Amino acid sequence: MNMPFYVAPEQVMKDRADYAQKGIARGRSLVALEFAGGLLLVAENPSRNLRKISEIYDRIAFGGVGKYNEYDQLRIAGVRHADMKGYTYSRDDVDSQALANQYAQMLGQIFTHEMKPLEVEILVVAVGYCETGNRLFHIRYDGSVTDEQGFAALGGDAESIRERLAAIDRAPLDLGSALQGAVAALAGPERTLAADQLEVAVLDRLEEGRCFRRLTLDEISGLL
Amino acid sequence: MSLPFYSATDDPGPSFAALLSKESLQPRYEVDSPYDAASIMHGTTVVAARFADGVIIAGDRRATSGHLISHRTMEKVFQADRWSGVAISGAAGPAIEMVKLFQLQLEHYEKVEGHSLSLEGKANQLSQMLRAHLPAAMQGMVVVPIFAGFDLRRGYGRLFAYDVTGGRYEEEDYVASGSGSLHARTVIRLGHRADISRDECVDLLLKALFTAADEDSATGGPDSMRGIYPIISTISAEGYVEVPESEVADRFAAIIAEFAGRA
Repeated sequence: MNMPFYVAPEQVMKDRADYAQKGIARGRSLVALEFAGGLLLVAENPSRNLRKISEIYDRIAFGGVGKYNEYDQLRIAGVRHADMKGYTYSRDDVDSQALANQYAQMLGQIFTHEMKPLEVEILVVAVGYCETGNRLFHIRYDGSVTDEQGFAALGGDAESIRERLAAIDRAPLDLGSALQGAVAALAGPERTLAADQLEVAVLDRLEEGRCFRRLTLDEISGLL
Repeated sequence: MSLPFYSATDDPGPSFAALLSKESLQPRYEVDSPYDAASIMHGTTVVAARFADGVIIAGDRRATSGHLISHRTMEKVFQADRWSGVAISGAAGPAIEMVKLFQLQLEHYEKVEGHSLSLEGKANQLSQMLRAHLPAAMQGMVVVPIFAGFDLRRGYGRLFAYDVTGGRYEEEDYVASGSGSLHARTVIRLGHRADISRDECVDLLLKALFTAADEDSATGGPDSMRGIYPIISTISAEGYVEVPESEVADRFAAIIAEFAGRA
């Protein structure tokens, strides 16, 4: 009888985590930042078609980095979850935390039970009705969730981006300075990012109904 | 509610209706035993017409159960998405549910696919929903909507009439549905021109509804005592805009003065 080699569970988990992290590190990063009018999401993304940032529901948006087909599948599952919940109960009952928990369950399950973990990190953000009501949930490939305060960074270079974001003065920012800060944090000291390398969207706090709005190339250039 | 995560071969795609049927949440109205059709709330008389910059859609507010007025402030005109509107006549419960599903269907498609359906696609979606509703319609729960929208790809407003089987008929100038539609349609036919302005067209549709209410007991007229007026919305390149209630009230006051002057 063939005996499989024994591999310690710690080693299995570490190998999977390394695999997922490598996949995520290959892609470009994404940040979310609070500003006076709501929440700003900025991703470094040269593609006009393969989106990293999307609308989920009235006040909820999604950001994903890593392998496109994997986070896009998660995005669609999120839209389905939110639309079905809104249909079954009411539009007011769709909340970001329940969605973040569902994502965490799904990612955690895939990480432990499937051959290959998902090579993604995702962000679920919801804009509040007041300035202190925003919520940012950062969910990793293994299902761990972080409730971020004020800003979040995803992707291979997230650690240094987070440090640069933390250095931004936290006084209520207007959209232009928030975007400039976010882009500078994404680019780092050695690079500059042009408008056509960015994907930008906002959740507008004062909007009624669907608050998600993408910024056009002209708007981005204007604000930068 | 769990996360609806499907494998590639089992995926319902961008259709919200397909998703609901996968999750066994789709509404069903077929009944096994006979029932009194008069016990079901009905709404009637909705109209729409083209004007110079797009389309205008309107409906009265009355709902009836048999010969009784069951609701005075029912809404029959709804925004479907940014550039289209839908108005319903028929069995109120299934009709409003159909509108809710239709709105979600358009929004869901837009979010999943990243762009909106074409106006033609939206009109066809409504057609499919009516076809799915046909068994219930045959049992008396008839729903007949009208659909109006601004076609962004072609740059003009378009109107669609339907029948219970899901038949979809594009109309050039105006459409009407519901028990008062015969009278309403006649009024519109006599006053409509291809280049009619927004203000003239709003007045024309309000006159059509006024006449329908005058002739048909199931259609509600303007109710200045309670401050209840028909709902009327314009859809143009600027999107769906509801005409403010105060404007509708003022226009009705002028229409009534005009009619009283003739008597």
